[in-house]
Amino acid sequence: MDNAFQTALRLILEMDPELLGIVTLSLRVSLTAVVVASIIALPVGAAIALWQFPGRGVVVTILNALMGLPPVVAGLMVYMTLSRAGPLGELGLLFTPTAMVIAQVILILPIVAALSRQIVEELWGEYREQLQSLGVSRLRAIPTLLWDARFSLVTVVLAGFGRASAEVGAVLIVGGNIQGFTRVMTTAIALETNKGNLPLALGLGIILLLLVATVNGVAYVVGEAARRRLG
Amino acid sequence: MKHLFRNLVAVVAVLGAVTAAQADDRYITLASTTSTEASGLFEHIIPEFREETGIDVRVVAVGTGQAFEIGRRGDADIVLVHDTTGEKEFVDNGYATERADVMYNDFVIIGPEDDPANISEADSAADAFARIAEAEAPFTSRGDDSGTHRAELRMWESAGVEDPSGRWYRELGSGMGETLNTAAGMNAYVMADRATWVAFDNRQDLTILYEGDEALFNQYGSLLLNPERHPDLKHDLAEQWHEWLLSEDGQEAIASYRLRGQQLFFPNAE
Amino acid sequence: MNRMETPDIDTTSLLPLELAGVSFRHRGQTLLERLDLRLERNGKTLLMGPNGAGKSLLMRICHGLLRPSTGTVRWTGKGASGDAIRRRQAMVFQRPVMLRRSALANVRYALAVQGVPRGERRSRADEAIERFGLESIAHRPARVLSGGEQQRLALARAWALRPEILFMDEPTSALDPAAMNAVEEAVQTFHAQGTRIVMSSHDLGQARRLADEVIFLVNGRLMERAPVTAFFEQPRSREAAAFIRGDLVW
Repeated sequence: MDNAFQTALRLILEMDPELLGIVTLSLRVSLTAVVVASIIALPVGAAIALWQFPGRGVVVTILNALMGLPPVVAGLMVYMTLSRAGPLGELGLLFTPTAMVIAQVILILPIVAALSRQIVEELWGEYREQLQSLGVSRLRAIPTLLWDARFSLVTVVLAGFGRASAEVGAVLIVGGNIQGFTRVMTTAIALETNKGNLPLALGLGIILLLLVATVNGVAYVVGEAARRRLG
Repeated sequence: MKHLFRNLVAVVAVLGAVTAAQADDRYITLASTTSTEASGLFEHIIPEFREETGIDVRVVAVGTGQAFEIGRRGDADIVLVHDTTGEKEFVDNGYATERADVMYNDFVIIGPEDDPANISEADSAADAFARIAEAEAPFTSRGDDSGTHRAELRMWESAGVEDPSGRWYRELGSGMGETLNTAAGMNAYVMADRATWVAFDNRQDLTILYEGDEALFNQYGSLLLNPERHPDLKHDLAEQWHEWLLSEDGQEAIASYRLRGQQLFFPNAE
Repeated sequence: MNRMETPDIDTTSLLPLELAGVSFRHRGQTLLERLDLRLERNGKTLLMGPNGAGKSLLMRICHGLLRPSTGTVRWTGKGASGDAIRRRQAMVFQRPVMLRRSALANVRYALAVQGVPRGERRSRADEAIERFGLESIAHRPARVLSGGEQQRLALARAWALRPEILFMDEPTSALDPAAMNAVEEAVQTFHAQGTRIVMSSHDLGQARRLADEVIFLVNGRLMERAPVTAFFEQPRSREAAAFIRGDLVW
């Protein structure tokens, strides 16, 4: 363990350009995936919270179950779709960062949708009569509720980011762990483990943890400040 | 609504930035094995190739079985693996138009220093395998349909051990490095390619106990994919790589790679 | 003081409101029983009765938040088109729900929902804030305001909407006397501008101070409807008499 911390420290101090590239790509892929997934999943989660429709229970159950979708399975689905022999093969997206973003979007989407559904549903319980009294349609209520639940939803989005940045199964399959092109923190860790270079693997792990902690920390500080101001 | 629109613009911009890196298409995707990647060979030879041709090579390192599958589906432009029998089948089935020997190294049999099955005194590789089975000493197998796994299964066959099984035989379904990590943890025997072993750091009590038999010879071959099956692939660039590997420059690049003072791959193109 | 636009009542009014045979059942329990009611264009009506009498429920049915299980609710005025029915009434709840934004933005939001153009939104919101003496807290987050301030903000929000009829569900029951006084003044302000007031309360003093007429409910039934003085001086039903004496409070 000592060795791993020393390695992590050395890597950070050296600012190795290859490591920097890997870190940048990790952040770029996971943050893009989180933004795309949230733009889709937040309104969808809110809509499920607001509308009663036949089969709603089934949809909610499926969403909750999909939160546990194994990354490898998500990766395989994307692989089969983007493969030259697959339906979207012509796009030539396999083994690119875009493919990794797509796989991570699939992983994050159910988390953000399911959790935002729950949060918005609770808020809707509180706001419903007032909004209906003001003549707010359900469609119009979606952005209002999402905006008013923003502090809780930040946590949801961060959970999505955590899952995206921590998973290795999906990005390994669809990205291919190509050096300098699709290698991210987690696949680099897997590779170093494969080489038996455990201190380096763990050192990279510590850096990944620091990155995720930094993103979370910034979100927390900003969120807390706003929350205290707005009640 | 304005927020939503602004967010959308931001997303498109970010997506654009992510994809922009792909605009340059002077590159090929090579499906190859973990042993070549993990040993650092590609990091040594690809820059030389790039220097000469301006073509970049993106390596997707997987097990040989998966590399074949990637080739069959047309997800890579070219394939470099180590399973001569499988490679010839691949050509016969029309997935590749050409196969060429590129280089070789060898497999070594690794185990705990105290060598409970006493394989260091074996007469042949087959004898070493027979001794492990006889002693029912723990053995970790890749179990992932890789080139190494296929070679290992052939060794059991020649040792007269049909379908090795039992508590001592652990089929992991993992890459070479993970299998070595497990073997180190369990003090088990394991067969590995020499390149991965030399590059491997987490050895603990493991050491090479048997090596040198011709049966442990590990041949790598380059496969040119069939343009009729996958007309969209970059066959001309792939062919340049294929030719370069077999050329004097390529062969020298392979021969000059040293890790920890050892030569890991021996060029043998005809 | 800015005068509120007074609509041409004859052609644009929603009122009268007519309820015919309205019942409301929930989980096998009858909470309102065959109620007939007509609310005319003017006045201040107080719904009274013990807890569980159905005051809040009746108000929500009138306001359109709930549908009756049986019976009909009809706005029979000449101006009662679908869109106007929603826009020309407002409700202030016992505990106002404020959005997580500034007090002023809460008022503007309500106007935006009704499709009021941006420029007008601004002036109407400012006017409402001023009318209810909220200038000093206009830019503070609405959800950190005190209960009394929030209730005044809810009234300002309703004011900005220029409703023809205002429903108020126990608007003062959670407030201290000063805040309660402010709400009662606001009721008079609305009334002075010609807004029809329908309010529930179980505060007898408040009823005497504010109401023109009282509608008295017990157990989901309309027991009595009378002008305020008549109700307090000569209650017709035994229950109303008990309620006024203070015996009938569950």
